[in-house]
Amino acid sequence: MKIAVCVKQIPDPATPYALDPITHFVVRPAEQVLDDTDRYGIELGLQLAEASGGTVTLVSMSPVGNLQGIRQALAMGADKAVVVNDPALRGSGALVTARVLAAAIAREEADLVITGTESTDGYAGVVPQMIAELLDLPALTFARKVTLEGTTLKVERQTAGGYDEVEATLPALISVTSGAVEPRYPTFKGIMQAKQKPVDQPTAADLGLEPATVGAAGSGQVISEVRPAPERSGGVKIKDEGEAHLEIVKLLERAKVI
Amino acid sequence: MTWFVYAEESGGKASTISLEMLTKARGLGGDVAAFAVGTASESWFAALGAHGAATVHHLDPGDALPSAAAAAALGTLVGPGDTVLFGLTPNDRDVAGRFAARTGAAVLSNAIDIRVAGATITVVNEILGGTMLVETAFSGPGPHVIVARPKSFAAEPGAAATPAVRPVTVPDGGRSTSARIVARHSETSQGPSLADAAVIVSGGRGMGSAEKFRLVDDLARLLGAAVGATRAVVDSGWVPYSMQVGQTGKTVKPAVYVACGISGAMQHLVGMKDSATIIAINKDEEAPIFGIADLGIVGDVHQVLPKLIAALQAR
Repeated sequence: MKIAVCVKQIPDPATPYALDPITHFVVRPAEQVLDDTDRYGIELGLQLAEASGGTVTLVSMSPVGNLQGIRQALAMGADKAVVVNDPALRGSGALVTARVLAAAIAREEADLVITGTESTDGYAGVVPQMIAELLDLPALTFARKVTLEGTTLKVERQTAGGYDEVEATLPALISVTSGAVEPRYPTFKGIMQAKQKPVDQPTAADLGLEPATVGAAGSGQVISEVRPAPERSGGVKIKDEGEAHLEIVKLLERAKVI
Repeated sequence: MTWFVYAEESGGKASTISLEMLTKARGLGGDVAAFAVGTASESWFAALGAHGAATVHHLDPGDALPSAAAAAALGTLVGPGDTVLFGLTPNDRDVAGRFAARTGAAVLSNAIDIRVAGATITVVNEILGGTMLVETAFSGPGPHVIVARPKSFAAEPGAAATPAVRPVTVPDGGRSTSARIVARHSETSQGPSLADAAVIVSGGRGMGSAEKFRLVDDLARLLGAAVGATRAVVDSGWVPYSMQVGQTGKTVKPAVYVACGISGAMQHLVGMKDSATIIAINKDEEAPIFGIADLGIVGDVHQVLPKLIAALQAR
């Protein structure tokens, strides 16, 4: 079984993000990290591949920088990576991103596509569903538990008020939530091997996408203004010396909820 | 041009987000239509009409996971000059993504406001944990897709009007529509819902364990409050996802929000920072939650909460 897992390199969330003053796009340093929420999809892909004797290919779209984030993902155990690396993709919206990833996945002839539910830096939250539509796949989204019996996928799918048990047969796409599986830590051996694993870096044109249909030009949207949100300031901060709960009671009274 | 609003049925009623979006859409100029997905009922259609839908296009997907079929059906109704509104909820997102991929529609997500000036539609959204506001306009041909954050618009009925209901047949969608719902499970807790509660008591990783999280439940029960949680708590399996507040959970705006053992990660703050009054209890003096709390208690939740519960019980 061939499994494709979508991953993303993002600027380290522990550092402040900078916006380009002209384009308003997030400035992407050469050194990016693997989006932490992608570890769940990678882990699920590895588990399913191990159970079925399959392979795991990482698929990503980003300026490559030093590939640190992709190497982190390979270190967990994936076999190889395809990173679509093309300056023409700068400013791509959700749909262009999905078209690029779908084209890269189609080339790999994957039986199963695994994604997260949204990226930590962009969080449009619709790219997995777009990929499924573009590849004509059923999508079992927001999975919190996944089992594969033969070619039948069974998923517990989170809903606003609980969960549904949903099923589809391969080929299919799954988007996994954090907590669906327990991601493994890369071993020292895995980290060393990751440096030697193949990372294919096609351009958009290599995937058959016309330049006019990608990047900012192909995305049908333009940022007109960026400004700081009105700030909410903090109020009183007190150290609990044993009686601080009484301050909460007073505030609840003032708010007329008790 | 027509504003289509994706309107999911939820427990026999209109989803709250669909009523919020209809209310917004009817003030933007143009026609308003609901694309209603679920089991037909007069009261549901009437609510959609009362909130602004002149037409209700109704699809009953049966036991199919509705996203692919709904996107295909919607694709036959929406024209190049139209815009479709979806909510930032799991089911809405599934249809939004598929619809956009089918029709080539540009998507602007996380919308907290929508503005129309002449032929230009502009969407306001928050980035970087709600610290920056971005205005983005659609620049290409339609149709367009906007995915709105819940609670961005108030749901208010307007003039009572009976909408024209037009049944939509489930299109033959092939492979992409083949996913099936085998069983449905509800995990909503007792008491008020996060969407409607005047008071919410939420717990974070600082509660320590699923066992100790019960202090949050106890306080909530005393206050008639809904129980919320951070993503870390949900990922750890202490409480179900339906209780998650934040970017990838629910957006709430209660009168009082009590944050217990919550440090205040960006992902959580986005979902609750517009609460009228925020009370935070956390051991770490430097926790970001104190930056937005009206009352911040630097202390151990396992000391403060039992005393608070006892004090409220004694009243």
